[in-house]
Amino acid sequence: MMETLNSGLALLILALAIWTVVARDTFAAVVGFVAYGLLLALAWVQLHGIDVALIEAAIGGGLTGALLIRAAARLRNTEAATRAERPGVPARMAAALLAGCVTTALAVAVLALPDPAPTLAPDTAANMAATGVGNPITAVLLAFRAMDTLLEAIVVLIALIGVWSFAPDRAWGGRPGPLHRSDPDGILAWLARVLPPIGVMVAIYIFWIGAELPGGKFQGASILAAMWLLAVMAGLVDTPPVSRTWLRVALVAGPAVFIAVGAAGAVFAGAFLAYPEGLAKPLIKLIEIALVPSLALTLALILAGAPERTAK
Amino acid sequence: MSMALDLLTLVAVSAGVVFFLAGTVGLLRFPDALTRLHALTKADNLGLGLVVLGLLPRVDGVLAGVKLAAIWLLALLAGAAVSQLIARAARRTGPPA
Repeated sequence: MMETLNSGLALLILALAIWTVVARDTFAAVVGFVAYGLLLALAWVQLHGIDVALIEAAIGGGLTGALLIRAAARLRNTEAATRAERPGVPARMAAALLAGCVTTALAVAVLALPDPAPTLAPDTAANMAATGVGNPITAVLLAFRAMDTLLEAIVVLIALIGVWSFAPDRAWGGRPGPLHRSDPDGILAWLARVLPPIGVMVAIYIFWIGAELPGGKFQGASILAAMWLLAVMAGLVDTPPVSRTWLRVALVAGPAVFIAVGAAGAVFAGAFLAYPEGLAKPLIKLIEIALVPSLALTLALILAGAPERTAK
Repeated sequence: MSMALDLLTLVAVSAGVVFFLAGTVGLLRFPDALTRLHALTKADNLGLGLVVLGLLPRVDGVLAGVKLAAIWLLALLAGAAVSQLIARAARRTGPPA
């Protein structure tokens, strides 16, 4: 019974992936991609990767979907012209050949994996007690492979710098995104008043529970980002000018605390990002608490887009 | 008692699935945006509500039940608000060509 359901899910994901690639209309492809993200989250649930499922639904489906919808809306004016242009036969052959090679290489790599797959799970389980956290994913992300998580947080920040670099000169230092207006008594403004208190509570819960159960900072931060963006889109609040000092401090505070704790580890525990005996859990919590606001702000501002209005 | 609860689960979840099926058929077959929204919100509100109702006897602990009910209420809130927004956009721009 479960096998049938899982095979159906896998087939659906494959079909939707192919449909997303071949869809001619940009907006339709984006909708396909969002649905694909949600189905992928279901697949992760079936594989017992609840943490990954949460991330996939929040970032893969939600935030990336919203980002792509904005991109599709911007491309709408030029879409007909783009579609009228067809690349020549050699270019299409080359693209097909390249795509075929990549697919073959991926298939070979996946099929050549040793069976059973090499795993560090027993080592993680054996050493988890030293970190004091109960969720093995959190133990891996913030103790055994903390370097990866630090780089991830920095990559998100670099992505934001990339987005900001698209600002036209006259708007540099100004407010990101268009000015949103909506009926103050309308349904969007109402939702933007009712939902954020609930959303903020859920976000903090998901972040806090991450030490023991599936959840964590990225998941919580993306919910916080979504709540703030809802209020922005309803016109209840405006995005801050990117030149504000408090904004920049808030953006780098999380990674800075992470690096500071890592450097302290180099002095007191003998290695960068090593935690002194017995202090692992409080330090992990400190890093996570510092990361959540920075991550939420970074994710939200990536979605808000490049500065396009002067600060007035 | 457990027999009656099993029966409740069976009936409620099945009825919920019927609403989802009807909503999907409506989404695919109805002629314009407003009627399609109407079909879709039935699936969300009643379908999900019945599935949640059917699952309530199966959860361990009151808290898990409250969480399930909260998911349904949030889906109601989001569904109602978003369908109004889509309906307004559809009325403003007219039917798609």
